[in-house]
Amino acid sequence: MNHTASDRKDWPLFEIFIRPKNGLSHKHVGSLHAADAKMALGNARDVYTRRGEGVSIWAVPAAAIAASDPADKASLFEPADDKVYRHPTFYEIPADVKNI
Amino acid sequence: MYTQGLDSKADQGAQPSPRLVTDNDIRFQERIDAEEKIEPRDWMPDGYRRTLVRQIAQHAHSEIVGMLPEGNWITRAPSLRRKVALLAKVQDEGGHGLYLYSAAETLGVSRDELVEQLLAGKAKYSSIFNYPTLTWADIGAIGWLVDGAAIMNQVPLCRCSYGPYARAMIRVCREESFHQRQGYELMLALANGTAEQKRMAQDALNRWWWPSLMMFGPSDDQSAHSAQNMAWKIKRFSNDELRQRFVDATVPQAEFLGLTIPDPDLRLNAETGHYEFGAIDWSEFNEILKGNGPCNRERLEARRKAWDEGAWVREAATAHAAKRAQRHLKNVG
Repeated sequence: MNHTASDRKDWPLFEIFIRPKNGLSHKHVGSLHAADAKMALGNARDVYTRRGEGVSIWAVPAAAIAASDPADKASLFEPADDKVYRHPTFYEIPADVKNI
Repeated sequence: MYTQGLDSKADQGAQPSPRLVTDNDIRFQERIDAEEKIEPRDWMPDGYRRTLVRQIAQHAHSEIVGMLPEGNWITRAPSLRRKVALLAKVQDEGGHGLYLYSAAETLGVSRDELVEQLLAGKAKYSSIFNYPTLTWADIGAIGWLVDGAAIMNQVPLCRCSYGPYARAMIRVCREESFHQRQGYELMLALANGTAEQKRMAQDALNRWWWPSLMMFGPSDDQSAHSAQNMAWKIKRFSNDELRQRFVDATVPQAEFLGLTIPDPDLRLNAETGHYEFGAIDWSEFNEILKGNGPCNRERLEARRKAWDEGAWVREAATAHAAKRAQRHLKNVG
């Protein structure tokens, strides 16, 4: 029987996140296709942690991620740029005052 | 393992079609010029997307097909030490293929499409993997020369303007330096071995030298997409520049091995500090790209066989996943 790539079309895409060591957050490293979450974890272990890159893996169905639109970048993030009073350096404290 | 400038002038796929330059194009180029990275959902010109899909897919296919010539020697490695190194290297290449397919998918192409193109013989992959691995010394020559050339090509790609590709390349490069070192160490052992072993090493160098130089792709005046790809910062250095760097780095390494580069025209230009080398036989390269290399058919047949023989595994995994999902539903319902 001659199979084509189409016999795998239903395998969902998982985004893979790895925690390099305890104390650090999981970080996105890439993606892979798998039949289910268990297989995604097994494959992520084989391809993304061959050299001690991690101590924990998250496999998240890519379809479950809600992402902001890059076209909204200005309306979402620029308002923060002119709010300098959110930063400590905005406030003037005499040099003689210590520990602040 | 490797990416290659495969495009000749005949292949005009990514040639920007004559059209008006829009505000989007101008803003895009400004971002590139400012060394900003482009991420998957950002606006990008169609040509940029097409070029990247083609290059990343070719690169991914090269990793996967590249497992075959070396896999050929795993069971015949002369010691356990060499065997574990070769196994780890071939396994890395499978991983590199995955990182790259994963990067290509962020551009809107599906993995299945890419695999189908490879199996149908419609996709290109690096010409180097269409040569046979005749002796154990070939494994040394591949690590030293082929991976050496690959690294030369790939290090600049770590700064490619497209974020996911650049990140994949950083992982690949980090893993790849052992590939070249194990190859050189293997060559060193043969070069310092018996007369027969040294002859084997020389023979491997003779056969892999020119194909390795061809890995950098056609020379700049024959390369269809160089200028646009440089402007988009997909490419940072020209094919000829990278080839020259490779020759300059590799000739002294061959001298250390006591082996002779098979090029009577090779000489150091004392003024420039660069090695000058003989003309490359591009007709051989073009024949391989057309599918007429020594192993083109064998490589694709091996991939198709692997795909077909793995069908029951994919079916079983799909059925198992469906059964587990059903059981889960029953338990919560």
